[in-house]
Parts: sequence; structure tokens; C-alpha cells
Amino acid sequence: MWNEGYLIWISDALIVLVVVGIVGALTYLKKWRWLWDNWLTTVDHKKIGIMYLIAALLMFFRGGVDALLLRTQLAQPGEHFLDAEHYDQIFTTHGTIMILFMAMPFLFALFNIVVPLQIGARDVAFPYLNAISFWLFFFGAMLFNLSFVFGGSPDAGWTSYPPLTELGFDPGPGENYYLLGVQISGIGSIATGINFIATILKMRAPGMKLMRMPLFTWSTLGSCLIIIFAFPALSVSLALLMLDRVVGTHFFTMMHGGNPMMFINLFWVWGHPEVYIVVLPAFGVYSEVVATFTRKRIFGYSSMVASLMLITVISYFVWAHHFFTMGAGADVNTFFAVASMAVGIPTGVKVFNWLFTMFRGRIRVTLPMLWTLGFIPNFAIGGATGIMLAAAPGDYQYHNSYFLIAHFHQMLIGGVVNGMLAGMYYWWPKMFGFRLNERLGKWAFWIFNIGFYICFLPQYALGFEGMQRRMYTYPTDMGWGSLNFVSTIGAYLMGVGFLFIVWQVLYSLFHMERDTTGDPWDARTLEWSLPSPVPHYNFAVIPTITERDVWWAAKQRGTTDLLTTSTEDIKEIHMPKNSGRPFIMGLAFFVAGFGFVFNWYILAVIGLAGVALCMILRALEDQDEYVIPAEEVRETESALGRL
Amino acid sequence: MSALQHAVTAHADTDTPLEYQNPHESVKITGFWIFMATDMLLFGCLFATYLVLRTHTDGGPTAHHLFDIPGFTAETFILLTSSFTGGLSTLAMRLGKRKQVMAWLTLTILLGLAFIGLEVQEFAADVAIGATMQRSAFLSAFFTLVGTHGSHVSIGIVWMVLTLIQIARRGLNQKTARKLFIVNLYWHFLDVVWVFIFTIVYLSGVVM
Repeated sequence: MWNEGYLIWISDALIVLVVVGIVGALTYLKKWRWLWDNWLTTVDHKKIGIMYLIAALLMFFRGGVDALLLRTQLAQPGEHFLDAEHYDQIFTTHGTIMILFMAMPFLFALFNIVVPLQIGARDVAFPYLNAISFWLFFFGAMLFNLSFVFGGSPDAGWTSYPPLTELGFDPGPGENYYLLGVQISGIGSIATGINFIATILKMRAPGMKLMRMPLFTWSTLGSCLIIIFAFPALSVSLALLMLDRVVGTHFFTMMHGGNPMMFINLFWVWGHPEVYIVVLPAFGVYSEVVATFTRKRIFGYSSMVASLMLITVISYFVWAHHFFTMGAGADVNTFFAVASMAVGIPTGVKVFNWLFTMFRGRIRVTLPMLWTLGFIPNFAIGGATGIMLAAAPGDYQYHNSYFLIAHFHQMLIGGVVNGMLAGMYYWWPKMFGFRLNERLGKWAFWIFNIGFYICFLPQYALGFEGMQRRMYTYPTDMGWGSLNFVSTIGAYLMGVGFLFIVWQVLYSLFHMERDTTGDPWDARTLEWSLPSPVPHYNFAVIPTITERDVWWAAKQRGTTDLLTTSTEDIKEIHMPKNSGRPFIMGLAFFVAGFGFVFNWYILAVIGLAGVALCMILRALEDQDEYVIPAEEVRETESALGRL
Repeated sequence: MSALQHAVTAHADTDTPLEYQNPHESVKITGFWIFMATDMLLFGCLFATYLVLRTHTDGGPTAHHLFDIPGFTAETFILLTSSFTGGLSTLAMRLGKRKQVMAWLTLTILLGLAFIGLEVQEFAADVAIGATMQRSAFLSAFFTLVGTHGSHVSIGIVWMVLTLIQIARRGLNQKTARKLFIVNLYWHFLDVVWVFIFTIVYLSGVVM
């Protein structure tokens, strides 16, 4: 901890300053009570969504700083900005954070904020479990990030392959941090998957048939189905590796009969479907955005649904394409190559449907639409290089090279990050009641996207020139210097783009006017029939759904009053009570995880006992709901100008 | 009428079983089915690992040496019986007989404890002859798969005790009925998993 160099010291100092600042501000402004009552104990899906969003943006920053450190190190040959071990730690945390602690919470943010509103529900199926999910994610992420300042970060890549990660080859707590941080947040993800499947299947408003559901809700359903079928494999692979490291078993060791390939199979049984977990909701966002900003119904709705579900299924038949070169044989490689390419078909259907929706539409180039338009060329290039990688013989050439790095960043940034940002811009007014500034947002978009191409296109070429991933440095005579330098410039541009988003958010907080309509985009789906921000009970009266895009249809017919409220229909509303227990349970998981990281079993047992106690208290709890009287609902609604 | 039951109109329909009458409660049963899908996949991965590693004994004890036929047969009969008594407690709940529910649930708990006792005895006997989970990949996989099932059973026992307390204190209502129904679903699920352990681990182990 004391000998890690000035980078860590500077970060430590900054972390201490930020923590002191936050604690000081909360104390000075007397906001602790407010924080606890309104946020830490909340079971309101909209607030939980906002907390996910804040966490995702913070982790985006952290993972982005990692990326800039990596690119700085690689900017020129023979660089010694970072040492090799530090470089290994940073690429490991960059990958893990971006996938698990940035992309996942970002989409959970959108699930939480949007899905209940789109299907006409008061809440998710299990609000209390939803809060537990959030706190498990949060404390898992905190445990993972703690590694940075306390004991050393994991350094074996985000895939964490044994035998490299076995205790003998990788002593110290870094790898334990990875295994436990990801495990804890993974349990939360499984719970989220269960919660949203139950919500979508069981909580829809009367008349909201499956084929009337908005496409974002469909994509959430697909994503959650993949979550519940894939995440258990991650839990098992992490748990078995943990047993190897902590208990001394021999699942994946080199000796005593262990089989490292078993880990790699289990890991990718989760790992590849994970890619579709994060990209399907982005597809859902694009579908909503394109329809809204071209003022047309989405082209080929049922083929969109079918292709979402096809991707959901095919996602399980592609995992071995991550190790074509590991000697599985031609038959196995052929099967997985064909399955991997097959994903391109439903994906192509979706892209063409978005294009056909835009065809002859009156397109409004707002920020959500801009990020959607930026996604299309990105995905075309990324898709083409994906098919190149899926061809097993070709993959022997590109395997683990920078070509692969460029490909998956093109899919994950061009596909997922674009989608999540489009979704953030699109639903921001619903969350907070004001739009984000367009001018700053356009600067952010152009700088980020131009930076993106400058960063990653050279990496395709570097891959062909033989540069392998995870190289800490390279000699001058390989001739990779100039392309790497260009790539680093692109990475810094992306960083500047992100700063513009931060500036945009801060500027808009103070300068943007409030949206009083609840429907600033003239949109199509049910959530826009509500005021912004939405009252905590969502719908004063649950609407009856008569068709797809019901809000748009009602506006066209001038019958929006059927979807808003009339005084006599308002009845008392039962809502779940806030509870501090999900937070405490997350904290208990954190304590247990920390104990296991350092093999302090007393601490681990205390943590696990805390978890058990929380569950027992919950089981014996009887009254976890309260009633909002009809009069109070009427007052709120008339204050919002809806009665 | 609960906030969460808007999707279905609430009605005290006596044709619907007690645990499904309140949609707010019945959605939890749906959620639990989805949870069981995830748990099934967790066991699926552990079974796959066991099948890959079952011959990797590293010169140590093999399945054939280790597995005690009377022991695992007794465990099987006890667990299957407990699943049956658990089912009888659900049946008694449907008939509204609280005392019977509690009696059958108590018997189920006792049978569960007997199962865990036998399993602990089996594990202890294995460890005593040096067949620990650190000995070989086969034993790591065996103890982890069967032990995960055993820990599930233990959690199920604690859960049934908590359910028993609630039924004793609050009687049979829509909420406690739903809780009883779910804990029995869980218990049957563990029974199904055991059938696979019995076949894939124990029977194949002694035969092959």
C-alpha cells in the first residue's frame, strides 16, 4: 500500500478529499436524515433507478480513467509510465468495471426507471428485493474498488483464467477482491432478472397484451431471461475458483486432476450471453427513440420482437468462439462459428427495421436520436468484423490481437454505451423534469464519436500487424508506434467528450427550464402520459390499454383524458414501506466479502450472520405496506394540474 | 385492495386455492418459479463440473471405493418421504386444517434433519479415511455438488421452522399459505435435484 508509487498516492489523497468533502457537506447542510429517509432506505423503483444511474456514471469515469492510463502507457514504444504489474491491474479493473459496474447498472437504471411506467404498473413485482439488488450491486462494486487502495487490485484480466489465478501463481488479495466483488453484485443481478421477468409477465395494466408492449420492455424481458439463465454459471465459476484459492480444492489447478478449461467453459457460458444482456436493452432504446423522433410507428414490430427473442436463445450457443484456438476440434469449432454468425441475422433485421422506420419520416435530430444515428455505422463496422472473428479459421489469425479489441469496443461502445446514453437523454426529463442542454450535448457527441473512431480504427490495423492484447509495452522496431499514438489521441478525445457530458449535466441542473407537460418529445408510449418527475405511486388510476403506442394513439384521437385521471376513480393506494434492511444487508455482504478477501474468517462469519439475521427478520415481518388515502392522491394530482 | 394487484381484479374466489387468492401474494409464487430456474442452472453447472471431473481421482479414492450403498439409499428414502409429508402439509393447508399443517411440517423438518445427519456422517467418514475435498478434483467436485445440495436442505429446514412459527402465531391466511406453498415448492425442487444426484453421482459411481 505504501510503495505503490505516486499515481496511487495521488488517487488516495483525492479519494480522502472527496470523502471528507461529501461527509462535510452532508453534515454542514444537515442532510444525513434526508439521505437516509429519501434514498438509502427507498424501495421506489424510480429512485433506485436514479441511484443506479449515478453509480454507473461514476464507474464510467473510473473505468475511463483506467483506459486513459492504459493508452498513455501504450502511446509510444518502450514507455515506462506504468510498470508491468500496475498495467496488468489496470486493464483488469478497466474491463471488469466497464462490463459489470458500468454497463450493468446503466441498464438496470433504465429498467427501473422505465419498465413499470411503460407497462402501467405501480411498482416492480418485488420492490424490497429491488432495493436489495441495488445494494448488493453497490457494495460489490465498492468492494472491488477498494482493492485499488487496500491490498492490490486483481491483475489476471477480467476473465480471470486459471491456472494463472490460482493461489500459487497469483498470491495476495487482488484476485479475491475480483471473485467476491463480482460474486456479490452478481447475486443482485440475478435478483433483478427475476424481479423484472415477474414484473413484465404479471404486473401489466389491463389490456397490455404482450404484443402491445413497447419494444424497450420487450428488450428488458429478453435481457432478463438471459440474466437468469447465464448468471448462475458465473456464480458457479467464481465460487469454484474461490474454493480453489481459499479452501484448497482442485477444480482448476494444474495438479491433482484439476481442469482449467472447465473454468473457461463455465465463464463464457455466462460471458458471451452477457454481451447480449447489455446490448438488448440498447436495442430497445433505439427502437423507442427512432419511433418517437421520426413520428412513425416502428417498422416491423413483430419481427423486432421475434429477433429479440431469437438473439436471446442463440446467445447460449456461441460461447466456445472465445477459445477456437484451444484445441476443441473442427466439429465443435464449426458449430460455434455457425451459431456466432447466425446472431448477425436477427441483428440485421433490427437494423434494417430502424432504417425503414426512419425512411420518409420527419426526423428530429435531438440528442437521443443523434446517439442512435451514431450507433448505426458503428454497428455495421463492428458487425462485419464480428463475422470475421466468428469464422474459426480466420480467428486463428486475429485471436487475442488488437483486431479483437477494436471489434468488441466497437460493439460495446458503439452499441451499448451509445444506447445507454441515448436512453439517458431520452428519459432524463421523465426522471428529473428538465431536458439536458442540447448544445453541450452535441459537442459531447461529436467529440466522443470522432475520438472513438480515431481510437479504435488504428487498432484493427495494429491487430493485423501482430500486436497482441494485454501487451504492457513494445519495442520501437515493431513499427506500431505511430498507430498507437493516434489511438491514444482518440482515447483522450473520448475523455474530453465525457467531460462535456459532465459539464452538460451540471449546466442543465441550473439553467434548463422545467418541463411541465410530462411529454417533452411528443412521444408514443405510456410513461409520457405521466407528469415529470412521476409521483411515487406512478398512476393515480391504472389505465386500460387498448392498443400499441397507446399514448400516441390517444393524442391523435384527442382522447388523452381517458389515460389521465378523473376525481371519482381515485381510490386509496397501498405502497410498500421504506426499509433500511436492504442497505444493512448489502453492508453485511460487504463485511463478509472483505473477511474472505483477507482470510479473516471471524469477520466473514460476522458478515454472514448479519445477512442471515436480515433474512430472518424479513421472513417474520408482517406489515410492510402503508396506505396513501384517496384524499392525499387527489391533492397531489390536482397540484400537478391533472384534475 | 393492494396496490400491486391491479393487474387482476381482486376477488375472494373460493375455487382458487388460498395461496393464489391475493394476486399480490400469487405473483411471489411466479417469482419463486423463476428463482428455481436460476437455482436449477446453478446445479446444472455443478453437475457438468462433476461429470467432467468424476474420473480425475489423481490416484486417490474413487467413487466405487467411497460410496456406501445403504447410506445413500437411506438418505434417498428419507428425503423422498419428507417431500411427501411436505406435500401433505400443503394439502392440509388447502383443507384449512392448521394443526395438521403444523404436524406434517414438523415431521418434514425432522426427516430433513435426519437426512442432514446422515449426510454429515457420510462426509465425516470420507474425511476420516483421507478422502477430503483437497485430495483430488473428483472429490472437490463431489463434496461441492452434494454439499451445495446439503446446504440448500439446511436452509430449507430453517425456512420451514420460520414458516411454522408464523403459522403458529398468525394462523392460515393468504400470506402464510403462500409462504407454506413456496417453501414446499423449494423442498420438492431439492428432492428433484437429489434424484439426479442419486442417479448421476451415487448409482453411476458404484456401478461404473
